[in-house]
Amino acid sequence: MIRCEGVTYVYQRGTPFEATAIEDVSLEIAAGDAVGIIGATGSGKSTLVQHLNGLLRPTAGRVYLDDVDINAREVDRRRVRQQVGLLFQYPEHQLFEETVTADVGFGPRNLGLGPDEVRHRTARALAHVGLDPAVFGPRSPFTLSNGEMRRVAIAGLLAMEPRMLILDEPTAGLDPASRREILDHIMRLRSARGLTIALVSHSMDAVARLCRRVIVLDRGRVVAEGATRDVFADPGRLAALGLGVPQVAECARLLRERGVPVRPDVLTVDEARRAILDALAGRRPAPKNVP
Amino acid sequence: MDFLRGLMLGQYVPAESPVHRLDPRTKILGTMWLVGVLFATRSLAGLVVLTAFLGGVLAAGRIAPAYAVRGLRPVFWLVGIAVVFQVLFGDSGGHVLFRRGPLVVTRENLAAGAFYGYRLILLVAATTVMTFTTSSVELTDGLERLLRPFRRVGVPAHELALMMTIALRFIPTLFEETETIMKAQMARGAEFARGSLVARARALIPLLVPLFVGAFRRADALALAMEARGYRGGEHRTRMKELRVAVRDYVAAGMLLVVAAIVLLPPSVWRAVAGR
Repeated sequence: MIRCEGVTYVYQRGTPFEATAIEDVSLEIAAGDAVGIIGATGSGKSTLVQHLNGLLRPTAGRVYLDDVDINAREVDRRRVRQQVGLLFQYPEHQLFEETVTADVGFGPRNLGLGPDEVRHRTARALAHVGLDPAVFGPRSPFTLSNGEMRRVAIAGLLAMEPRMLILDEPTAGLDPASRREILDHIMRLRSARGLTIALVSHSMDAVARLCRRVIVLDRGRVVAEGATRDVFADPGRLAALGLGVPQVAECARLLRERGVPVRPDVLTVDEARRAILDALAGRRPAPKNVP
Repeated sequence: MDFLRGLMLGQYVPAESPVHRLDPRTKILGTMWLVGVLFATRSLAGLVVLTAFLGGVLAAGRIAPAYAVRGLRPVFWLVGIAVVFQVLFGDSGGHVLFRRGPLVVTRENLAAGAFYGYRLILLVAATTVMTFTTSSVELTDGLERLLRPFRRVGVPAHELALMMTIALRFIPTLFEETETIMKAQMARGAEFARGSLVARARALIPLLVPLFVGAFRRADALALAMEARGYRGGEHRTRMKELRVAVRDYVAAGMLLVVAAIVLLPPSVWRAVAGR
C-alpha cells in the first residue's frame, strides 16, 4: 500500500524559474487496487507519480510504502523501485540494448540475479505482454514497430516483478489496435498476478475500463476522488476542469438530453448497450414526456 | 533531485528591463569590449571598477544577485585550480610566506593567483550577464548581422547562425531528455553515482544510447519540418523582428567607453585632468 501525506514539490527552487508542481497532495493506493489519476496537462500527474517510487523527493510531505517512509535515510531506494514499477511516457525511448532479451533483462541484472533467473524472468515478462520470447528475444529493439517497442519497455518493468505498476500514459501515440492490446495485457496482469495499478491517462476510456477508483488533479491539487462510476457521472464538473468523460458516458448523456432515460453511470460499451436496451424497453421508470 | 539543473550556466531570464531591451549587437560587442578591457588591465582597482559596473548592469537587468552568483558556482572550481597552479608553479623569488620541502608559497605568487582567479570569474560573469539578458534567438540574430560583412570572404553567416540557433534551442530539450532517461533507467534499478569508475562509465551506456537515438530522431523530424515549410537558406529571407539601433544603445556604448577609460588610463592622466 502506498500513502502520500501532504506532498508538495517545487521545481527549480531558488531560481526565477521556480514553479510548484504539486501542492499538499494526500492519497492512498491500497494493495490490489486500480486507480486512475487524471487531470489536464500541467496538473502535476507525472510529477506526482515520480514520488511514488522515490525518483523525486518531496519538497514537503512524506510518501509511505507499507508504512515505511521511502525517503528515510536508511531505506534502499532501489528496493522501493523494484517493488513499485514506474513506466514513463514514451518508454520505448529508453531501449538501448542490442537485443530485446538483453533489454528486458536489464532490470533483473541490476537486481543482482543470476543468469538463469534473469532468463526466466525475461521470458515470462515478454510472454505477459504477448511477445513470443523465441521470436522477439533475439531481435534488435530498434527494428520493432512502435506498439511492439512499447510492449518490450513494459516487459522491462515486469521483469523486475513489482507489486505495483504505475503507468504514465501507457497508450499515448499508439494506433487504436495497439492501444487496446496494451490495455488488455494490463488488465490481464491485474487479474492474474494481483498487481496494484495506478494509471495516469488523458484517455477517459482507458481509465473507465481499467480503474476502480479515480483521483482528479487540478493545478497540483487533488480536487476529486472516488469510485470511477461516481466521478464520471458528473460530466459538468469534469468539463470545468478541462476533462472529458468516457465516450459511452458522453453518448448516454446525449441520449438523455434527447429524452431516452439511459442511466448516467455507464463506463463500458457493454454496460451502455444494456442500459440503452433497458431504457428503450421501458424497464426503468421513464420521464413523463417520453411515450 | 533536479539532476543537471545546476549546470545550466547563464540561462536566459526573461524580464522587462533596459538591459533586456538593448540591441543584441550592442550586448555582444559590449561584452567583447569588456573582456578586452578585463585582459588589458593590470591593476586590482581596475577589476573593482569592472565588478561595480557588472553589478550595476545586473541590477538594471533585474537579475537577483544571489541567482547570478549561483550561476557562477561551477566556475569557482576552475578558478580554485588556476589559483593553486599559479601559487605552486609561479615565478620563484619574492617574499616567502611558507615553505615545506619543494613547496614554496610567495606573497607575489599568491597575489597574482588571486588576481588571475578574480579576473577569470569576472570574465565568466560578463558573458553570463549577456546570456542572462539576451534570449538565444536575439543572440543569434545579432551574431548573424554582425557576421554579414564577412560573407564576402566566405563566412557562411546565416548557416552559422542557424546552427547556433538549433544547438541552443535543443540544449534544454536534451537536458530534459537526459533527466527522463536517467530516471527511467533508475526505475529499472540502474545506479549512476555508485561503484567504481569503470562501473560508472558502463552505467552511462543505458543513458547515452537512447540519448543519441533520440537526438537523431529529433534531427530527422526537424529537417523534415523545415523542408515542409520551404526553408531554403539565407537568401532573400526577411525577418519578423528587424534589429534597430536606438538611443539607449548609444547610451550603453558611451557608458562602456567611460568604464574602459576609468580602468585603463593611468592614474597620472586622471590626476592631470583633476588638477587642471
